[in-house]
Amino acid sequence: MIAYIAHRLTIMAPTLVGISLVTFVIIQLPPGDFLSTMIAECEARGESSCMDDLETFRRDFGLDEPLWRQYVIWVTDLLRGDMGVSFEYNKPVEEVIGPSLWLTVIVSGATIVFTWVVAFPIGVYSATHQYSWGDHGLTLIGFLGLATPNFLLALVMLFAANVWFGTSIGGLMDPEYIDADWSWAKFVSVLEHLWIPVVVIGTSGTAGLIRRLRANLLDELQKQYVVTARAKGLPPGRALVKYPLRMALNPFIADIGNLLPQVISGAVIVSVVLSLPTTGPVLLRALQTQDMFLAGSFLMCLALLTVVGVLISDLLLAVLDPRIRLGAGAGHR
Amino acid sequence: MTAAARGGGRRPHVVDDRPWDPDAVERLTPEQERFYLASQWTLMWWKFRRHRLAVWSGALLALAFGSILICEILAPYNLHTRDTDFIYAPPQAVRLFHEGEFVGPFVYGFDYALDMTTLRRVYTPNAGKVQPVRFFCLGDGYEFWGVLEMRFHLVCPAEGGTLFLLGADRLGRDMFSRTLYGARISLTVGLIGIAISFLLGVVLGGLSGYYGGWVDGAVQRAIETIRSFPELPLWMALSAALPVTWSPVLVYFGITVILGLFDWTGLARAVRSKLLALREEDFATAAVLMGAKPRRVIFRHLLPSFTSHLIASATLSIPGMILGETALSFLGLGLRPPITSWGVLLNEAQNINVVALYPWLMLPVAPVIVVVLAFNFLGDGLRDAADPYS
Repeated sequence: MIAYIAHRLTIMAPTLVGISLVTFVIIQLPPGDFLSTMIAECEARGESSCMDDLETFRRDFGLDEPLWRQYVIWVTDLLRGDMGVSFEYNKPVEEVIGPSLWLTVIVSGATIVFTWVVAFPIGVYSATHQYSWGDHGLTLIGFLGLATPNFLLALVMLFAANVWFGTSIGGLMDPEYIDADWSWAKFVSVLEHLWIPVVVIGTSGTAGLIRRLRANLLDELQKQYVVTARAKGLPPGRALVKYPLRMALNPFIADIGNLLPQVISGAVIVSVVLSLPTTGPVLLRALQTQDMFLAGSFLMCLALLTVVGVLISDLLLAVLDPRIRLGAGAGHR
Repeated sequence: MTAAARGGGRRPHVVDDRPWDPDAVERLTPEQERFYLASQWTLMWWKFRRHRLAVWSGALLALAFGSILICEILAPYNLHTRDTDFIYAPPQAVRLFHEGEFVGPFVYGFDYALDMTTLRRVYTPNAGKVQPVRFFCLGDGYEFWGVLEMRFHLVCPAEGGTLFLLGADRLGRDMFSRTLYGARISLTVGLIGIAISFLLGVVLGGLSGYYGGWVDGAVQRAIETIRSFPELPLWMALSAALPVTWSPVLVYFGITVILGLFDWTGLARAVRSKLLALREEDFATAAVLMGAKPRRVIFRHLLPSFTSHLIASATLSIPGMILGETALSFLGLGLRPPITSWGVLLNEAQNINVVALYPWLMLPVAPVIVVVLAFNFLGDGLRDAADPYS
């Protein structure tokens, strides 16, 4: 197991370097940087003090140095936990990102759990009742969820909740709790608001998971050992749950790697529509104002979130399935 | 004879006087012969045909792609025609009978009033104004494919009347016509994007699978890096970085390149795993021994064995691009007017007021859903058919 973890971590290193490179390129992409815009503004106002501020900026970030030097400076700062300054908010980036990133983690986690809870029974039903009306109907619903753009679904849900429940469900909690300390009432309020984004984002991932679980389970159900179990008189329920289902369960864990980027993508656009205090709106605003340090750092944090998620799912899978743990460990020792 | 055999008694000596045919056992019925002689592509077609939903989806997509060739003729209005008398006019229902009499397809004209308390425009259909729809008629002028000046339409509103099948937007433009025009952009975005990602996927996956070693390692790490970025934020960041000075057409190409640039990873993985298996086959070794260069081995000998799989998985990744473009344009980071795509149209439906007051502005989502579903079903059918021997 330790060998497997070590192997898994060494694979991660080049990926992290790749992520930082892509992020750096994106930060550098827009023609002209935020600073030149600020300089132009300063000159227009003619204040000398703000010009001094800018000079310190320029020196701190090595904006006069060649690109590769800037990259090295940026990465070493990163390793020390310094992500640069958001020009727009005039605050260190990590202060802007921190809270919203946590909320993103919560929303994404809840969405994945929701996807599992929905996909599991439907997938099992579809596989055991292959080609029945229920199978076709549920598959169609899953596909509809896949094909409907998230943002529009969010908009319609927002309206529906407003009309039918009389609640305004924008945001992630009622306004009076936003700056309040955590309490039971605040927690309940968050739960009341959380279900809409979770359902909306979850719809797009559910269809894929249902189909994979259905396909896996169908493969297993045709195998000899199931026939043997049935022939020996095992009740159908046990003959399903005891072995085939356990074999078909792998996608639930393994799919986190596919599901997580998808869920985070969905969370970004849905939270723009529902104006949740997650990364979405802040990222969009940062991109619109070309506040590239903030935008790039956001992107990198989201990518890191995915990498860590995939790592966790791989480790879980290794715990559950000795074939993976032993196979990979032996292959690379 | 059977009785004799069962009885175990002595069998009578029989000589069949028909000439002996040594192939009799192996001879195939005509159907079997047709099956065994059919080429692989014919087999695939037969298998594909059995997947009803996929065939219908394919037909639907063919229609949709056909319509973008002549959308100027199909649309009752020009893309940019504005009628300020009908700002936010609701959809008009097409009727056949007026006061119990058959008139043919027509719509009731609108009466307009301004609600003075809410300042809302109220349009009520007036049963006195019967406006028959004209067919094969002359209407708004347009430039067919940007060159030919024409006025011919398949359907037009009645003289002096209106025909807003899906309502009108905030400038009084016909949503139905704009949706038809939008298909031209939205559908081709996916096609160009998939072409780019197909090229990248085949080349990089091919190199990685054929050479192995450090090339494989590098490509694999690149794939992992790209896959760990959530797609939409990455697309957002890159399209936000497109220079503001670019013309809308350049932005359109920029967006398609961005969409294609990060979608090749799945294809590359598929190509790689197939190549890893196939390069061990005898025919590949034979080609190498005869002195074929890697490029020839990959493209001439190995790729054709799984082209069908590639086409199927490419089909399955087009809907992602269409949805991606829609989402980007909805956020205002993708295509910009005057380029009209379904996403740009949905950009108008950004807030809850629209859902409450002018819900028909959300209708361009219907073709998005239909096209995405159709591509998914078609891809499913193609994937099943790609392996006709199973």
